[in-house]
Amino acid sequence: MEDRFVYADNAATTPIDPRVLEKMMPFLTTEYGNASTLYSLGHSSHDAMEEARKEVALLMNADPGEIYFTGCGSESDNMALRGWMHSKQNKGKKHLITTCIEHHAILHTAQALEKEGFEVTYLPVDKHGMVELEVLEKAIRPDTAMVSVMFANNEIGTVNPIAEIGKLCREKGIIFHTDAVQAYGHVPVDVKAMNIDILSISGHKINAPKGVGAIYIRKGILLNQLITGGGQEKGRRAGTENIASIVGLGEAARIKRETMEEETAYLRKLSRKLIDGVTKFPQTILTGHPTERLPGTCSFCINAIEGESLVLMLDFNGICASTGSACSTGSLDPSHVLLGIGLTHEIAHGSLRLTLGMQNTEEDVDYILERLEQVVKTLRAMSPIWHE
Amino acid sequence: MNYSKKVMDHFAHPRNVGDMPDANAVGTVGNQKCGDIMKMMMKIENDIIVDCKFQTFGCGAAVATSSMATELVKGKTVQEALQLSNKAVMEALDGLPPVKVHCSVLAEEAIRAALVDYYKRQGIDPEPIVGCSGECSECHHDHGHGEEEEE
Repeated sequence: MEDRFVYADNAATTPIDPRVLEKMMPFLTTEYGNASTLYSLGHSSHDAMEEARKEVALLMNADPGEIYFTGCGSESDNMALRGWMHSKQNKGKKHLITTCIEHHAILHTAQALEKEGFEVTYLPVDKHGMVELEVLEKAIRPDTAMVSVMFANNEIGTVNPIAEIGKLCREKGIIFHTDAVQAYGHVPVDVKAMNIDILSISGHKINAPKGVGAIYIRKGILLNQLITGGGQEKGRRAGTENIASIVGLGEAARIKRETMEEETAYLRKLSRKLIDGVTKFPQTILTGHPTERLPGTCSFCINAIEGESLVLMLDFNGICASTGSACSTGSLDPSHVLLGIGLTHEIAHGSLRLTLGMQNTEEDVDYILERLEQVVKTLRAMSPIWHE
Repeated sequence: MNYSKKVMDHFAHPRNVGDMPDANAVGTVGNQKCGDIMKMMMKIENDIIVDCKFQTFGCGAAVATSSMATELVKGKTVQEALQLSNKAVMEALDGLPPVKVHCSVLAEEAIRAALVDYYKRQGIDPEPIVGCSGECSECHHDHGHGEEEEE
């Protein structure tokens, strides 16, 4: 096929939807008022923000009053973990349970809490990257303050049994937080039905701009404040609101609410084709759960080649992809997620993640398959450890 | 992290890549667990390296440093090749990002390992000539960050 550009790293970030940008534009130009002001210029900012809050809430079945805007998904995660472990409502409980395959926004925050004297249990996961309910139940202690389990994994796409975990936590009276940055807008999220207490999301994973996120905090839960200052976000998160981006996040949520079902079907079909094609390569495996996975996430380990080389060579072909190999992490170890699902270092070095989005077509998938096959052959031809 | 144009050129168009079944000097360093393995193969006649090829499993920098190392030793005497330092490989590539310096160390070691093999095949003890063979431990090469930093 002729050379083309294929963006297949939608789990890293997504392009802004033109409808989202259009909705944002007035707030980047003429409607610049501060939402906290009394005069009418500020009112349009305020009203647009509240409309966005409604949309963000609707897509997860929350009440708008339970949504707080933040600067990014990482901030929401920090707010959740630090906010609850330090909260007066927590009554001095010292134990946090999370998993070994969380995003660094959770892992590094948990590690920081450990340094402060909190105790953290990092749950192992099964070979598909899923949390097992019995393992979680056994880890719960009388002083467990919080359980934080990611909704869907960013590297391998596995979707956790969130409703079951939520039910268990609610029965035990433990606060349940989920990092839903990869899941929100891509798979159904229902904070009420799933008994979720706190949930983090990010704008740029759903075709809204970078630099905006949100946190859902169930009514009645009081988190210790992370960013102090003015009284914005009902005094829970200080800082003048990023109105344009918040409006963008709201519009993106509205679009996803209308199109998610259709998008899911489309992306599942494209992913199926890509996964079927790539796993036909010799000595190549799919990582993550075979069925319980994000619709657009395709992740593999390709034996006898190294992920960074693979990504660089795909880039020569106009394909944007990512890897969890050691060379990409700047250390001796491949990604904690790949090691967490029990892969050896040797296998994990050959990791490749292709994440499809709505801008991708079937021709894109054909093109990826054609070029990836060539790249794999080239790299294997120069690999001293490749044996058919 | 950005690679220099030279690194990208040697990665995209590696010189002297491939197998050399009739090599009379072969050295392999690194291991799969660490994510890079380099195999250097040479044809040495009258103490001159008349041909040198490599096979590498590893990142872009690992491929580029292997490629550059073969270029730097081809046509040289064994003694000259023994003087090849990782620094020379890095300089020839217009530098490497700090986290990739270990790749150039591996390239130097791979050349050395091939020359050790050359001496051994002739029944000569390489130790007094070459010193450490570079094969003394499983994964000793330094992934250290910026110790021998370029730029």
